[in-house]
Amino acid sequence: MASKTKALITDPLSDNNPITIQVLGICSALAVTVKVDKAVIMCLALTAVLTLSNTVISLLRQVIPSRIRMIVEMTVIASLVIVADQLLKAYAFELSRELSVFVGLIITNCIVMGRAEAFALQNPPRDSFLDGLGNSLGYSAVLLIVASIREVFGSGTWLGLQVMPSGYLPNVLMLLAPGAFIIIGLLVWAQRTLIGHYETD
Amino acid sequence: MELLNLGVRSIFIDNILLAYFLGMCSFLALSKKLDTALGLGLAVTFVLTITVPLNWLIARFFLNEGALAWMGLGELDLSFLIFICFIATIASTVQLVEMVLDRYFPPLYSALGIFLPLITVNCSILGGSLFMVEREYGFAESVVYGFSSGVGWLLAITALAAIRTKLRYSNIPPGLRGLGMAFVMTGLMAIGFLCFSGIDL
Repeated sequence: MASKTKALITDPLSDNNPITIQVLGICSALAVTVKVDKAVIMCLALTAVLTLSNTVISLLRQVIPSRIRMIVEMTVIASLVIVADQLLKAYAFELSRELSVFVGLIITNCIVMGRAEAFALQNPPRDSFLDGLGNSLGYSAVLLIVASIREVFGSGTWLGLQVMPSGYLPNVLMLLAPGAFIIIGLLVWAQRTLIGHYETD
Repeated sequence: MELLNLGVRSIFIDNILLAYFLGMCSFLALSKKLDTALGLGLAVTFVLTITVPLNWLIARFFLNEGALAWMGLGELDLSFLIFICFIATIASTVQLVEMVLDRYFPPLYSALGIFLPLITVNCSILGGSLFMVEREYGFAESVVYGFSSGVGWLLAITALAAIRTKLRYSNIPPGLRGLGMAFVMTGLMAIGFLCFSGIDL
């Protein structure tokens, strides 16, 4: 049991990472990684929503009729996102302005829906909670790596602190959309080569 | 002229996929074949053109601050309900469109049918409506914005699908195959689209 519990948390960190292996939740991974502080807030919001939604849906799994399960899941997720958005507006207004629509888009973030469908509907609340936590950590790891690369090379800072020597000319491409695509592409390559996960066409 | 400008902007410059990263998941998952990509792109355009103006009406007459004045409830501000109302509208519109197409336009239904359910969780649809609220578009603008964002998405996914068909014959390092290469290609496409920036009619 202990090893199974451990696997729930550690698997999504690398071997079954939601972004690089399961291909879920890409939109926000690209959009909020210009600065590390934005990425951190996004990770916290997603962790809260994903763990709670997994737990709630798993608690409800016996009573949800399978025909309308998508709508029920959507309602649970949307309500949690509203709470997260209101909290951000209340306590971190500036950051929530910068994140703009992407907090709302957690509703359609495929990680949340995907884990609800694939895991929470078949498993007890405790495991679902851990699965949600593990997947959020896997998602956060990728987000923070991408955000760090983009902020260090794109603005010469990390979390607002100057890390590059003062003569460093920022590489603006990192801040633009193409930089995000290419960095995440290379990250996928590196990670898949490390764990030996290959796609066959 | 203003509207034409907005149309061109949202297709080429502020492309909903290449500049705002919305709808990435289905973009990556369904861009392996050209005809599937085309079908999904058409379905997205269709649904965006309907849901963005529809959500505009809902926000204007029910949810915005003071929007319920016509009912004599001018002091209410229901804007925190925007997420859940929009996603409900989108889910039911998709369902409705599916039923109408099935009944009156069977050829179109058989072409788009399998993609329609996927569209509810495509973040470009919800993202389109949320951007419409954030940028405070009028009704005519929201129609144009919905349609042209859809066209922009269609353009991006068909282009990637065409490239991926060609890629099948190239010798890519195993770890980069599939997802990794799709990201890098999208990045290069986004660089291509950057050359449109600055166009102003």
